[in-house]
Amino acid sequence: MTAAVLRPGQRKTGERSTGRTLSERVFRVRETGILVVLVLFVAVTAGLQHRFLSASNVQFVLVNTTIYALLALGETMVVVSRNVDLSVGSVLGMSAYLSADLFGGHRGIPIVVVFLAGLGIGLGWGIVNGLLVAAGRVPSLVVTLATLYIIRGADILIVGGGMVTANTLPAAFTGIPKATVGGIPDLAIVVAAVIAAGAYYLRTYRSGRELYAIGSNPDAARLAGIPAGRRILTAFAVSGALAGVAGVLWAAQYGTVDSTAGTSYELTVVTAVVVGGVAIFGGSGSVVGAALGALLLSTINSALYVLGISSFWDQAIAGFLLIFAISIDRVIQVRLTAALRQRSARRAE
Amino acid sequence: MQSENVRERLPWLFRWETALAIIVAAIAVIGASASPQFLTANNLFNLGLSNGEIAIMVLPMTLIIITGEIDLSVASILGMSSCLLGYLWERHWPMIVIFVVIALVGLAAGAVNGLLITRLGLPSLAVTIGTLTLYAGVAQILLGPTTVANFPAAYTNLGVNAVPGTGNALTYSTLAFAVLALIFGVVLHATPVGRGIFAMGASPEAALFAGIRVKRIKTILFMISGLVCAFAGVLYTFRLSTAVANNGVGLELDVVAIVLVGGISIFGGKGSILGAVLGVLAFAGIQNALLLTNFNQEASGVVAGGLLLVSVFLPGTRPLWRRIAAHSRGRVAVRKAA
Amino acid sequence: MRLRRATWLALPLLIVSPLLAACSSSSNGSSPTQASSSSGTSGSLKTGLKVFVIPKNLGNSYFTTSDSAKSGGALAAVQQLGESGSETSGTADTPSSQIPAIQAAISKGANALVLSATDPNALCPTLESAMKRGISVVTFDSDAPSCRDLFINQASSQALGASEVDLLAKQIGESGQIAVVSASADDTNQNVWISYMKQELKKYPKMSLVSVVYGNDDTATSTQVTQGLLEQYPDLKGIISPTTVGLPAAAAVLDTAKYRGKVALTGLGTPDEMKQYVADGTVKSFELWNPADLGYLAAYAAVELSSGKITGAQGQTFTAGKLGTFTVGSDHQVLLGAPFVFTSANINTFNF
Repeated sequence: MTAAVLRPGQRKTGERSTGRTLSERVFRVRETGILVVLVLFVAVTAGLQHRFLSASNVQFVLVNTTIYALLALGETMVVVSRNVDLSVGSVLGMSAYLSADLFGGHRGIPIVVVFLAGLGIGLGWGIVNGLLVAAGRVPSLVVTLATLYIIRGADILIVGGGMVTANTLPAAFTGIPKATVGGIPDLAIVVAAVIAAGAYYLRTYRSGRELYAIGSNPDAARLAGIPAGRRILTAFAVSGALAGVAGVLWAAQYGTVDSTAGTSYELTVVTAVVVGGVAIFGGSGSVVGAALGALLLSTINSALYVLGISSFWDQAIAGFLLIFAISIDRVIQVRLTAALRQRSARRAE
Repeated sequence: MQSENVRERLPWLFRWETALAIIVAAIAVIGASASPQFLTANNLFNLGLSNGEIAIMVLPMTLIIITGEIDLSVASILGMSSCLLGYLWERHWPMIVIFVVIALVGLAAGAVNGLLITRLGLPSLAVTIGTLTLYAGVAQILLGPTTVANFPAAYTNLGVNAVPGTGNALTYSTLAFAVLALIFGVVLHATPVGRGIFAMGASPEAALFAGIRVKRIKTILFMISGLVCAFAGVLYTFRLSTAVANNGVGLELDVVAIVLVGGISIFGGKGSILGAVLGVLAFAGIQNALLLTNFNQEASGVVAGGLLLVSVFLPGTRPLWRRIAAHSRGRVAVRKAA
Repeated sequence: MRLRRATWLALPLLIVSPLLAACSSSSNGSSPTQASSSSGTSGSLKTGLKVFVIPKNLGNSYFTTSDSAKSGGALAAVQQLGESGSETSGTADTPSSQIPAIQAAISKGANALVLSATDPNALCPTLESAMKRGISVVTFDSDAPSCRDLFINQASSQALGASEVDLLAKQIGESGQIAVVSASADDTNQNVWISYMKQELKKYPKMSLVSVVYGNDDTATSTQVTQGLLEQYPDLKGIISPTTVGLPAAAAVLDTAKYRGKVALTGLGTPDEMKQYVADGTVKSFELWNPADLGYLAAYAAVELSSGKITGAQGQTFTAGKLGTFTVGSDHQVLLGAPFVFTSANINTFNF
């Protein structure tokens, strides 16, 4: 599914618009697809075990998803541009510890400052990743694999044998994931709004759409005048910043932070993103889809428990789902490309 | 220019493998001077034990990355084969039959990867992340929370004894690694198949037009990777005399890092088995030297990541230096013109 | 250009090598000396022995307390006795991560190893080769039963398992469903304690153990398995989490109006991480021992062994500095003492 490259300020008319509308329609079909799977899944599970939809379980699932959803938002931006960010788990871990530790060292520090600190840590590492990828021209798989090691290693060094314990955190902070309105956690609403904002940016703003262009054909994008380096740097910076914020939320949710926070999260995030319809080679996919992918994975995880199926099936199901999702995407892509070709061939006649 | 002449006459001097060989030699020298135990037979034995399985998995990964793909499921195949070994042993299957089953499962696991990638045209990064999760899940389903540890000493002794007749430094896994490295090296560098593998990575379309059976070779490579990783899983289980669901978790990152440090390009089309072997030595050597010299073990991740960055960044910065040089030359020219 | 690349690579190594050389000439604790048998100052214990303390993994605050000199743990004992020692291990709680550290310790001329085993069997080849070389191997906290000279147990496993159940039973009126949030499936001590818990449960016919789940000593996993328990068993009355990672994770889940006081929680935890939950009533009481004392005792036992003063046979006694006298029990075990119960009355007097 390749999004057509738009020149700045171009009005979308004629052929181009039909092609784009067709792609747009496919985007929405994909997102709707996950939504349908999700709803079906929830319905079947709730039918077998009504406790699945109990208020407390819904809250558990939604809160557990928020961190992955934030990570998925940043990861989508990176993946869409034909890159990958494997360092998100390590960034989350470092941010979780360092920001939560601020409460212990500085009594009465405003919670907002702690969030900003976490965001700053993530942003810093994101910029490092972005610079290495964009300016250093090193493949992002390699860069973020290396920073995964380095950041986790630095985190272990910094934390040593220490940890942040719940009694050093103000109640207002640890209460953040617990606050609900009408049974829905506040946190879920806020994150949903952030996801929506991210989706709007990627869909509407030129710099957002250019990420898709870079992902679907980097050389053509550069020739078209898109400042690829800057866009990629921004994508990594945002991914890092979101991972930093997710780290602070992690600390608020779990209350106890040591050097293992966030380990292996990057795998789950990439899985969620790909299940959500984002092509691993860039150029297509949506943030909403990625967030739905994260929600689907959390829901499955919870369903296994509620249904009494051994939770040891969780990983196997997630892996199978990923393979199934990309196979479906591939089939759709082949059909779509064929359809687009037919359409332009017909128009040419 | 003088340097151009040298480059023509002694091209091998300027390759990554040479630099890596110098690094490995330097590690050996520094390690030996910092700790008298570094080059002892006993320490080399321990090195072989701890890194043998990873080293073995590096070999098929090298070929796969040269073709432009990647296989992130290697550690999960190791874990799955380990749990299968435990599962069947608990049910009193004869060991020989278990070995055959594990080999077949390894081949099948690799075939799943290969077919999804070549027949469905799916990107290997996504597919193998999926199979990584899937096979790790299978490992968990097989053994659940239990551990199987009652393997006969005849097998678990490969974690204790050196290969007889070679002094006390060679582990069975190192021997297997050496043999496999030879085989893979010959195939990659001295056969038409090997040349085809390089061609596939450098230019998939040209390779197709040249009549190279890209899909078949890739599928076979993934199947070989599955088989080799399953074998590594058996070695791993016997060395630790324990089969448990989390055996091998996370090792795929180390394997990929080593291959990259070995100079194999992530884009495909470039690299050598020699580089992979040197990468194993460098990676393992550094970790071991750090252990022996009271280096803060908590920092070993930083060293590993740093090594990886250095190995990829330095060659990659040539375009950056060129651009900086061109930029400054450009500015000077503009000033002169003004 | 490429020739220069090789030089660039050599440069950082030239810079790093003096650092490595400098690092090797000092270690955590005290400067290394030859392992010589000199008549020491503390009775007939040898001095100058090399003792390596190898926890399950580095970066775990429980082990930092048990090992470090600052908290009065194993390395404090090592220093007091005039030996040299350092803490080493991998960073993952797995045998693959721990074994290289053990091997390195052996290579560096260890006289004694004090370790908490990541697995009861996987370490045996390495530990047996250590013992063959005359190295004293003492396990503490988590055992490798068939390949060590002594095991320093924090409390009798039977007493631990039983007391956990008793603590919970008191809180839930001795009737109802309970569950266990454990660590990892191959944890020696976890499985032993759970088996004793099941035995003790026979005393309470109205209580039933409905599930054992595994949090793998990972906070997020422990949280999710606890949530799963609550959803799967809506009538759950109590949870035992005998792991210092699982207990605060479970407490965080129960720390809401809905569950506080309705689902009881107890287990093993450090006072610092539980202060919050004891203060707000989520947890009424929980147990532990002093990890520093455990490490201290283990180090003393190792030095006694290595000096030849004891062989680890049943009935032998030895003194462990400030902790007093101890006797070796059956199966080469030495007990630190009874588990200590923390409640709101005493928790604030502790700082670890």
